[in-house]
Amino acid sequence: MLHIKCPYCGLRPQTEFSYGGDATVKRPELNKEVSDQDWDNFVYLRKSPRGKHLELWQHISGCRQWIKVERDTLTHEISTTYKANENI
Amino acid sequence: MKYLQHTKQTKIYKMSENFRLDKGGLINRNKKISFKFNGKKYFGYEGDTLASALLANGVHLVGRSFKYHRPRGFFGAGVDEPYAIVQMNRNNEVDPNVRATEQELFEGLEAKSVNCWPNVNFDIGAINNFLNIFFPAGFYYKTFMWPKSFWYKIYEPIIRKAAGFGAASIKHDKERYEHKYEYCDLLIAGTGPSGLASAYAAAKNGAKVILAEDKSRYGGSLLTSEVTIGNQSGKEWAEQIISELKSMPNVIVKNRSQVFGYYDHNMLVMSERVSDHLPKTDKYTPKQRLWYIRAEQVIISSGSIERPLVFGNNDAPGVMLSSAAKEYLKIYGVLVGKNPIVFTNNDSGYETAIEFKKNGVDPIILDTRKDANSEIIKEAKELNINIKFSYVVVAAKGYKKVNSADIAKISDDKKVISNIENIKCDCICVSGFWTPTIHLASQSGSKTKFNEEIDAFVPSISKQKETTLGSANGVFTLEETLKTSFEKGSELSKQITNKENKISIPTVVEKKSSKHDKFWCVPLPEGKNYKRFLDFQNDVAVSDIQLALREGYRSIEHVKRYTTLGMATDQGKTSNLNGLQLVSEVENKVVPQVGHTTFRPPYTPVSIGAIVGREVGKHSKPTRKSPMHHWHEKNNAVFVDAGVWLRPRYYKRGNENLFEASKREAKNVRQNVGVCDVTTLGKIDIKGPDSAEFLNRVYTNAWLKLPVGKARYGVMLREDGIVMDDGTTTRISDNHYHMTTTTAQAANVLSHLEYYLQLVWPELNVNVVSSTEQWAGAAIAGPKSREVLQKLFPDLNVSNEGLPFMGYMEGNLFGVNAKIFRISFSGELAYEVNVESDNGNYMWEKIIEIGKEFNIQPYGTEALSTLRIEMGHVAGSELDGRTIPYDNSLEGLVSKKKDFIGKRSLSKTAYIAPDRQKIVGVVPIDKKTSIPEGSYLVKDAKAKLPNPKLGHVSASCWSVEYDNPFSLAILKDGKNMIGKKLFAMSPLKNKVIPVEIVSSHYVDPKGERVRS
Ligand SMILES: [Zn+2]
Repeated sequence: MLHIKCPYCGLRPQTEFSYGGDATVKRPELNKEVSDQDWDNFVYLRKSPRGKHLELWQHISGCRQWIKVERDTLTHEISTTYKANENI
Repeated sequence: MKYLQHTKQTKIYKMSENFRLDKGGLINRNKKISFKFNGKKYFGYEGDTLASALLANGVHLVGRSFKYHRPRGFFGAGVDEPYAIVQMNRNNEVDPNVRATEQELFEGLEAKSVNCWPNVNFDIGAINNFLNIFFPAGFYYKTFMWPKSFWYKIYEPIIRKAAGFGAASIKHDKERYEHKYEYCDLLIAGTGPSGLASAYAAAKNGAKVILAEDKSRYGGSLLTSEVTIGNQSGKEWAEQIISELKSMPNVIVKNRSQVFGYYDHNMLVMSERVSDHLPKTDKYTPKQRLWYIRAEQVIISSGSIERPLVFGNNDAPGVMLSSAAKEYLKIYGVLVGKNPIVFTNNDSGYETAIEFKKNGVDPIILDTRKDANSEIIKEAKELNINIKFSYVVVAAKGYKKVNSADIAKISDDKKVISNIENIKCDCICVSGFWTPTIHLASQSGSKTKFNEEIDAFVPSISKQKETTLGSANGVFTLEETLKTSFEKGSELSKQITNKENKISIPTVVEKKSSKHDKFWCVPLPEGKNYKRFLDFQNDVAVSDIQLALREGYRSIEHVKRYTTLGMATDQGKTSNLNGLQLVSEVENKVVPQVGHTTFRPPYTPVSIGAIVGREVGKHSKPTRKSPMHHWHEKNNAVFVDAGVWLRPRYYKRGNENLFEASKREAKNVRQNVGVCDVTTLGKIDIKGPDSAEFLNRVYTNAWLKLPVGKARYGVMLREDGIVMDDGTTTRISDNHYHMTTTTAQAANVLSHLEYYLQLVWPELNVNVVSSTEQWAGAAIAGPKSREVLQKLFPDLNVSNEGLPFMGYMEGNLFGVNAKIFRISFSGELAYEVNVESDNGNYMWEKIIEIGKEFNIQPYGTEALSTLRIEMGHVAGSELDGRTIPYDNSLEGLVSKKKDFIGKRSLSKTAYIAPDRQKIVGVVPIDKKTSIPEGSYLVKDAKAKLPNPKLGHVSASCWSVEYDNPFSLAILKDGKNMIGKKLFAMSPLKNKVIPVEIVSSHYVDPKGERVRS
């Protein structure tokens, strides 16, 4: 079971969090023309890297904040966690 | 009949404890304990295990092997035991898969053998032993594959009956199991010398330590070895350290506790057998407890397990590990035999032989080495023990118990055996040197390396924060073990506590050993075909591995699966390494090249009960109840699970069934007025100056112009265009909105909103918070609902003008504040009244009381469904995560002007296809036959399979308006299907029903009632 350091609450067990996928995906801006392909990329296509992965987790049973977690998909090691609005 | 008489006779023949020494051991001889094995009564002492007590009684036959049903005895004395699996009866519960070597004796214990029928003495399955040509490596894959139909009808049922150890109970387990979560600085697994020393050093530095021992007694090898630490014996030293550790507030010491799994981020799981050693579990005490331990650092001091030597019929009862024989002697005062052969390739066997000799039994030592000299060997010689160097056991003789052995001289190159002779014996104690228990380190992800010195793998580079010490790390001298363990315990704890208490390392007196012999497998004599077993639990013999390799299996992982080597419940604790040695020999590779298979948790079997813990029955998930729950109960509500909520499904009157009651309730809503508990609806409080803009982006329809005091129905999508949820949101004040969600989606919707506010549009000044539990809700629905509302709020103007459809106002309900929404799910004139949860029951009783004169009746979820289905209002069965707004006829709510979440997806080709699926109504032609939910709609009921499916029935009801069945369906090209005749097919219910497609708005299609 992972041990995730919520930037607000500290180290907490994985069971307090829910996974939110790739944190590098950026939603296209509202009211802007988006090509079919760009939209499909945004909605469906995700990389599945072997190694470092920046991902979203929500601390649902804690502060309810969405946070960014840099996790190694191979070793499950978590190197850093960031607040949602933190620049990386 | 003969067999029955035989049992009777043995019963009369009373066994006494023939193999117990008069003194010695750590058992309590003042407390005799009686127990039953296979229906027969025996006695042992407090402190015995079932195994030691049976051995004291001379019982060596305890089971039958898995594949060949060969007789099985005891091989070990602890966790590594591959044979002695028994079925326990304890406290009226059945416990299968119990290792007799670990089960402590208690008064009245009852156990029986497994994997044998009709009994352990006469096992019909043993015929497999003589038909073993049918059971070679991979026999499951080969023998039973053809013809295919035979598998289901003949092979599988027979294999199922014959295979497996023990039978699980089919009853509900009444025992209590618990989970516990703990954090510590150091978790130390094992209380042998390395565990004790490191724990002591760490504890002295102020670290929070958890020290776990899987056995009942602490001390590991110190309990059976002849060593001195300081001025104490090893055992005394262990006792002193343990009692000191127990007195320290920063230390948790646990026996009967197996750390069985090493998971991510230094999370380890330990199974504590709290009550298994007692006749019954005390009230409020668990049978077993699972500990989830998050440790800053882990010390693995799990010791090592003796390796078997491999020779003919080496699985016969009476052949056992020499360390186990020594343990039975020194801890339990039990002789495993009175005429023992000790067969060894190292000095450990000598220790066992010396113990025998000291207790008046003459052993013979067969040492595979040509010659060896050490203090221990010298001692054995001085005791006049008969030692034969360059000697091996070729084969054990005796079926249910060893009675002699063929022994032989072996050549220096270990290839030729000669001078075979048969000698009498009643047990063969084998020692093939030691295998470090590296399971936990391997589970952690650590790399392992092959240590040529000891012919075994040891941990090398740690992956997580773990350190392996002592013999688990391949260190077999006590002096070095203590030194490194004190140092490591101190070093690791100092890093955490920044404290250092110097401890002087005690001097150690121990006997030095000479080098072991790498030889481990005795060649077959010419013309002999003895089975030489590697895996004693799964019956994998040397010949099976050889066959697998001949058939082309190369990877050790494949060999393992093909032959089932090491795949039994003992996880190959005694077999893995010998298997590897064999593969490397045949393949002409060195062992590290072959590599070992992956160790996976659990190290020992864990009961399902312990894994489940307290989350059974009604505790398997939380149950949420509305504030009006008690009223519903008193008024004969029959409840249904709605997510984690309990909701009234219907209120039973007299002998009514579900159908009759829900029909009555729904009809009363259509004719008079009903009241429904809607507390469970998700509620989200939304505040902030940008709330309107936010809602405008979240919902598909326009929200910027919603006035204060008005509610609006909204649909929200996922980015892929699929409907996520629907509900009404009301503008309470300028910057304050009250959102409702469906009961099931409440949590997801909140997360969804938080996602966009925190990550996508952080510039929006909006706050959302769940308020589901703050409000109790009642829906008052029906043509007479306004009259009821007026009487509830006499001061308010609730006329159609004063409180129009989708209007909102606040009122005072006999002293409590209330929110009144004119919204309707039933399609009737309806209102929802919310009060603070604490006042929920008060509100409810007032509504019932005032509604009496209007014939108000409470209605449950079944009537609610009926009402919404015949109105064509969509709910969870249509918004099922597969439908877009168009499919649910919600396209009118999709704004063309503004952008919103998921809008871009709605222009996907499939979503705008002219024959896109759409919601429709379905009525059976006969107006009588209800259509099962989930039925397929097809054009031709008799078409060849697979019959093209046009759609599916999502929800069914009995229309109270028309008094006939009515269903909703999602149908391909639904828009153009109205009036068509199709078939509803339910293969599950074996029904084919001719149906007509109609509008989904079966009742009041113009929606006049809600506005009346
Ligand atoms: Zn948090």
